Parts: sequence; structure tokens; C-alpha cells
Amino acid sequence: MNMRPLLRTLERATVRDIALVCLADALVGASFGAISVSGGLPLWVPVALSALVFAGGSQFAAVGVVLSGGGALAAVATGLVLNARLLPFGFTVADVLDGPRWRRLLGAQLLTDETAAFALQQNEPRRRRAAYWLCGIALYVVWNVSVLLGAIAGGLIGDTDALGLDAAFPAVLLALVLPSLSDRRTRTAAVVGAVVAVAATPFLPAGLPVLLALVGLLFAGRPEAGESTRKAADDAHAVNGEKEAVR
Amino acid sequence: MMPLYAVLLLAVGTYAFRLAGPLLSGRLALSDRLRHLLAVAAAVLLVALVATGALTQGHGFAGWARPAGVLVAGVLALRRAPFPLVVIAGAATTALLRLCGVG
Repeated sequence: MNMRPLLRTLERATVRDIALVCLADALVGASFGAISVSGGLPLWVPVALSALVFAGGSQFAAVGVVLSGGGALAAVATGLVLNARLLPFGFTVADVLDGPRWRRLLGAQLLTDETAAFALQQNEPRRRRAAYWLCGIALYVVWNVSVLLGAIAGGLIGDTDALGLDAAFPAVLLALVLPSLSDRRTRTAAVVGAVVAVAATPFLPAGLPVLLALVGLLFAGRPEAGESTRKAADDAHAVNGEKEAVR
Repeated sequence: MMPLYAVLLLAVGTYAFRLAGPLLSGRLALSDRLRHLLAVAAAVLLVALVATGALTQGHGFAGWARPAGVLVAGVLALRRAPFPLVVIAGAATTALLRLCGVG
């Protein structure tokens, strides 16, 4: 895929916004690499997760479960439930990935919250496609490079507890999840789930309490009318929040 | 430990979620109810990870220094502070409290 026509198809402001989101994700990626390796995982784990899974939240989640002593399968289950949210995004941007089979197979791997949001912001099919591919390719490169650099830096850090790095992991996740908590029912479900998870921690093997938090979904309520159409606007809003965070 | 098979399982499962839409969109549609539940489930898991990661270590309490640092980070994130500041302030708070002898 040649980048130059993509750049020419898009408005200058869109290209700048994509660059800002890449910058924000580079910082998240570097923290992911550093936290994984300073927590005791070998360098190949964050690097392989970033190249093959390429979904920040689930990478943090899986590594978090493992670093807290949880089993590998609990880590996989947590990551998969998180990434199940990509399923509806895939249906929403399906038209963008129309075309030859190789393009569909390759483009699917680039599907993230960010690429979906940028594609949905564009009204014209040609621009939707350009925004999706430009954001996807740029993010994939930036994410993997920053994770590798962060992982190398993380290996140089000595006493991670003295530096408070164990607080950095929940701090990053909190900054990532806050925008989605503006919805009251989501907030209720999340608080119930968190209380259940913390209360269950003394009694269950590590990794399971977080999955048990899904009982909070009982409080998720029903979707409001027209929610799916509004969702696109919400996603665009979340990306805007990320841009503001960088400034 | 995170073995290679776990990384591959997560990667293959995630790719399946990504590819389902482009492959099946002509033939089936997701209900609003399912879309809503999937979005809420992601937020629920992330918040549960924040809570357990901030408050617990193994099967017990993590001590006061770590949740205090996460709290500072949360307040800064709410006030839309830049991401690096959020993370560094959180870690620095925890580190300083430990330096002062808070567990």
C-alpha cells in the first residue's frame, strides 16, 4: 500500500489528528514494554504480543494477570473478552475492507478502536478507506517500535518497587478507560465488577477475580434507542479526548 | 509466566474477532443489545484490572502507597492532564510514600 495517495486523499487536519493519536499511543506502548520487562517478563513477550495481538488494552490486561501471579489461560481469557469489542467494529467498517482477499486479511489485523474511529469520521468511501489504512499502518509501526524501545529501557531499571512502577500499570489502564465511563450504566456495571473482583481476590486463584467482575454486566441495562448510530460519534469523541491528552 | 502458546491463542482469537465483521457483514448483523454488552464488558474488565492492580498483591492488600499513587493518576486523568504526566505522577507519588516509610 502506497502512503502518498492516502495522504493526498485526506484533509490536512485528519492527517495531523492521526499523527497525534500515534504519538499518544507511542507513550502507551513504551510504558507497556517497560512495565512488562521491569515486572519480570522476557523481552520477547511484550514484543510478540504487540506484533501478533496488536491491541493495547488486552496486552496490558494479559500481562497484568500474569504479573499478579495468574495463569496463562486466565490471561488469555481476559484479553479475549476485552477484544470481543472489536467484533462490532469489524461489522461497522466492513465496507472499508472490501476488495481483494489479501487486503481484507491484512486490513483486519489493523482494526483497533482508533482506526475504526478515524474511518467512521469520514463520510466519503474513498476517504474512509484512506483514513483507515493510514491510521492502521502508522499505528502498527509506531506501536511496535515504541513497545520494543520501552522493553529495552525496562530491562535497565533496577528496583522497580522503589520507583513506584507497580502503580504505573493500573494508572495507565485508568487513563485509558476513563473516557468510556461517562455512560452511567457502564459506570455502575464497572463499579460492581471491581468490588466483586477485589472482594474475591483473597479466595480465588489470581486472574479469576478479574473475570468474575463480569457479573457487573447484570447492571449494564439495555441499549438506548439509536445507540449504535451514536456509537460512532462516541468513538470519535474518545479519539479527540486522546488528542487533548497529548497536547 | 506467559508461554508462547498463550500469546498465540490470544493473537488468533483476537484476529478472529477482527475478521468476522469483514467476512460476515453481508450475511448477518449484530443486535444493539450484543454491541452494548461487548462495550460494557470491556470497560468492566479494565476497571476490575485497575482496582485489583491498585489494591491487591497476591491474595492480600498491596499497602497504601500503590493505591495512593493510582488515585493521584486518576485525578490528573480526570482533569485531562497529559498522559506522561498522569503516569509519572502516579509512580512518583507511590515512590515518595515508600521513601517516607509508607508500605
